[in-house]
Amino acid sequence: MAEFLSLQEAVSKHINNGDTVAMEGFTHLIPFAAGHEIIRQEKRDLTLIRMTPDLVYDQLIGAGCAKKLIFSWGGNPGVGSLHRLRDAVEKGWPNKLEILEHSHAAMACAYEAGAAGLPLAVLRGYVGSDLPKVNDQIKFIECPFTGERLAAVPSVRPDVTVIHAQRADRKGNVLVEGIVGIQKEAVLAAKRSIVTVEEIVDDLGASVNACVLPSWAVTAIAEAPKGARPSYALGYYDRDNAFYKDWDGIARDRDTFQAWLKDNVFEKGAA
Amino acid sequence: MSLEFTSSEMMSVTAARALTNDMTCFVGIGLPSEAANLARLTHAPDVTLIYESGTLQTKPDVLPLSIGDGELCESALTTVSVPEMFRYWLQGGHISVGFLGTAQIDRFANLNTTLIGDYREPKVRLPGGGGAPEIATNAKEVFITVKHSKRTFVKDVDFVTTVGFGRDGKARDNVPNIGRGPTVVITDLCILKPDPETKELVVTSLHPNVTREDVIEATGWDIRFADQLETTPAPTAEELEVLRDLKARTNAHHSGQQ
Repeated sequence: MAEFLSLQEAVSKHINNGDTVAMEGFTHLIPFAAGHEIIRQEKRDLTLIRMTPDLVYDQLIGAGCAKKLIFSWGGNPGVGSLHRLRDAVEKGWPNKLEILEHSHAAMACAYEAGAAGLPLAVLRGYVGSDLPKVNDQIKFIECPFTGERLAAVPSVRPDVTVIHAQRADRKGNVLVEGIVGIQKEAVLAAKRSIVTVEEIVDDLGASVNACVLPSWAVTAIAEAPKGARPSYALGYYDRDNAFYKDWDGIARDRDTFQAWLKDNVFEKGAA
Repeated sequence: MSLEFTSSEMMSVTAARALTNDMTCFVGIGLPSEAANLARLTHAPDVTLIYESGTLQTKPDVLPLSIGDGELCESALTTVSVPEMFRYWLQGGHISVGFLGTAQIDRFANLNTTLIGDYREPKVRLPGGGGAPEIATNAKEVFITVKHSKRTFVKDVDFVTTVGFGRDGKARDNVPNIGRGPTVVITDLCILKPDPETKELVVTSLHPNVTREDVIEATGWDIRFADQLETTPAPTAEELEVLRDLKARTNAHHSGQQ
């Protein structure tokens, strides 16, 4: 059964230096509050996994939490570059970031294979792309039935997955609504999971086909209202597009970034 | 009466016209998204738009800033998980057109959204492939829309993120179960299509007030022109009005939000 913890306790108990950590959310329900708690607790040498590393990973990378990134699209959606990610890749600040790069289709299949307990995922992928030349985790196999050449990638099995969701009930069952992305697969693929939620309610109010993670499939739940801001939680608040645009200016410069981090993460918002 | 329009408007309108009502289009963010929604709001009201965040048959009132904006989900017929989107809907063969943008494109319509320079020591690190590598091979055909400049239209891309026809034009030959690849490239200057034999991009239509020299000047290789070079029809008053309304709504929405 999922254990109810404070966000501070959940991060402290379940995320260790050197862990492989997936924090998912496909534009929607991005676990910013949890990311900031990881920064405040100064976790180090994390291998971060995520299909679309956006602002929260830019912040984690800039804060020096990451040694490696496994991803398929790393940008500020609709705005441009992630400048902290670029600084770490191009100039090694605050430390050189190792990258392992996939396509979305491969990452999605790799998470799904992880959730299914399989060692690999197979897809009709990477035809003609240079990505297999720079990522030795992309191989090609022959279909034993048809002979077709198919791409194979290892499944994703994080030590910890962190997601944000709308609600949990008092037993610890979790409801995810709207753009559900890869969150369910990411939780089921991981050894441990932390789910932050907007609120804890008596009744989930889930429809019969809703995306629900049962309590026994989740390790820890922490209440974190507005925990996805500046991304959004359908039914609770909208995406703060203005902040995504402002981030470009904040993150472009190391000093501005560090000042933002100090004011908005280290001094504010500590649980 | 001749209408006033910008080269960007010319590009969006031309790109929109490439889509028809019966298409199921996997839409990239930015220029493709603008064109796809313009098509939906003008001549192709029933075109099916799909975004990789999982939204099926979406009809946003404003253009999304990102691939997973709430507007896309709330106006969709339904929203599926990301693995389902890529495995069932894209790889399963339900997408007729993948509509993509790019940072670099070469003469064989290969796309680079990964980096400028060397992979391990990049001059400029770009966001990466996202959904594009498989959209380009699992959709039945691909439309590309991108602004025309020497920085973008290079002889050879620094990195093939997403295959057009490969560095020799032959990458799709004898590969089973993949789509036809890029069938049209629409820029702010012209329309290009792959030569049926060599697969090299050839200019087939110049936009109004654009010369061959303008295109040559903006292209990083020795660009070829079709024998029967056409002139792209100018935008109509309706197309311009709908596009301008859409952009005004979008700007107000994204700047007005807190």
